[in-house]
Amino acid sequence: MNALLEAQSVGHSYAGGQLGCEDVSFRLYPGEVLGVVGESGSGKSTLLGCLSGMIEPSQGSVRFDAGGQGLRDVFSLSEPERRLLMRTDWGIVRQNPRDGLRMNVSAGGNVGERLMAVGARNYTEIRGEALDWLTRVEIPSGRIDDLPRTFSGGMQQRVQIARILVSKPRLVFMDEPTGGLDVSVQARLLDLLRGLVRDLGVAAVVVTHDLAVVRLLSDRLMVMRQGRVVESGLTDQVLDDPQHPYSQLLVSSVLQA
Amino acid sequence: MTQNLLKLRVQNLHKTFTLHGRGGIELPVFQDVSFDVASGECVALVGSSGSGKSTLLRSLYANYLPSSGKILINHHGNWVDIASVEARTKLEIRRETIGYVSQFLRVIPRISSIDLVAEVAIAGGSPSEKAMEAAVGLLRRLNLPEHLWNVPPATFSGGEQQRVNIAMGLVRPYSILLLDEPTASLDAVNREAAIELILEAKKQGAAIVVICHDEIARDRLADRLFDVSQFKAAA
Repeated sequence: MNALLEAQSVGHSYAGGQLGCEDVSFRLYPGEVLGVVGESGSGKSTLLGCLSGMIEPSQGSVRFDAGGQGLRDVFSLSEPERRLLMRTDWGIVRQNPRDGLRMNVSAGGNVGERLMAVGARNYTEIRGEALDWLTRVEIPSGRIDDLPRTFSGGMQQRVQIARILVSKPRLVFMDEPTGGLDVSVQARLLDLLRGLVRDLGVAAVVVTHDLAVVRLLSDRLMVMRQGRVVESGLTDQVLDDPQHPYSQLLVSSVLQA
Repeated sequence: MTQNLLKLRVQNLHKTFTLHGRGGIELPVFQDVSFDVASGECVALVGSSGSGKSTLLRSLYANYLPSSGKILINHHGNWVDIASVEARTKLEIRRETIGYVSQFLRVIPRISSIDLVAEVAIAGGSPSEKAMEAAVGLLRRLNLPEHLWNVPPATFSGGEQQRVNIAMGLVRPYSILLLDEPTASLDAVNREAAIELILEAKKQGAAIVVICHDEIARDRLADRLFDVSQFKAAA
């Protein structure tokens, strides 16, 4: 099987020399879920930005296999090619659903919009598919015409997920997908994400500081500190038998519920 | 015993935990552990509490990382060192070759017992109908009351959770089974049901490594004992 996404010595420094991340390399294969954990300022979000085409890394390369054509450098794509990638093969779940949704467009419209962006034109079909996806993320069908701002945070997050998955991406980037949600809502969302990732076989990169989230969602784990990956391996191995001093500290700092 | 019947070869395995947060304290567990397990054979790990039985078993599943040595797994006829191979191959070996029954069930919120069991089979490549059939068959043989099948096991008793765990470990015809106290919290009837299922897997050729303090069950299951405490590393 060929890699879907490949990071090679990816590094990024911000203007003024502030280090974002440094020397990150990995390969992600179709259907695999990679977790990235670390404290605030460890470079997780910078890395996610570099991987998802938002931040051009100052070192290294990010390559993606769009439509089975082999790995191509994401930042050498033309602007229209990259935009198309973001609307089709990729999905980005933002921590704050307000950043990932259009707040003045109905829930159904938010989902249908992604289909129209890739050429769907039949209104009945678009609405039907939007409804189907809203149901799959457990939004009551009667709310399809409501604006996202009338929804709770957990519901908004689920609408965002439906909006992303409707275009059947092959790779989803998630930035603290459960951040800011109540624990019970988190559990429901995680279960949903886990089921969707498994049923659709999409690959994902999940950035979070919540070890329970990666335990549940990710196959593999990278631990970041001060911009660098200090340990990586099977998720359960890194959490149950961490090797690096910082991973040990991170795991031992979690309160047992 | 011919070479090609071997399913698992442990070679010079050594494990020391290093606790960096405690000034780099080293906790040696075992050193120079070597043994083989063949198809259709069951080896019981024995040794006093703290001798490293569970650490060894977890290492065989790549849940713990050995300090040195090899754990060769016969994965579809190829020998693969699960201790050193890349993560995605470890995952593939877990899906297709090694079944693991842990002492405690890690409950996933909102997933029913039957789906937990069926999912293991689906991940290993079974069509979902077949997987569901297999899950039903196992839960029935393990006497898990039918009204519990569609309930997430979070609220189950220890024995009920243990039976879900056993079903998850046996729902696929794994060629290697790692069992950590599979019968610990079961009553006599259910222990018998679990033993029968494990013996069937063995008859079908599974190579089994088991930790089992219950001597009755151990005598029924194991062909030989492997004493882990003789490999105690010097502190």
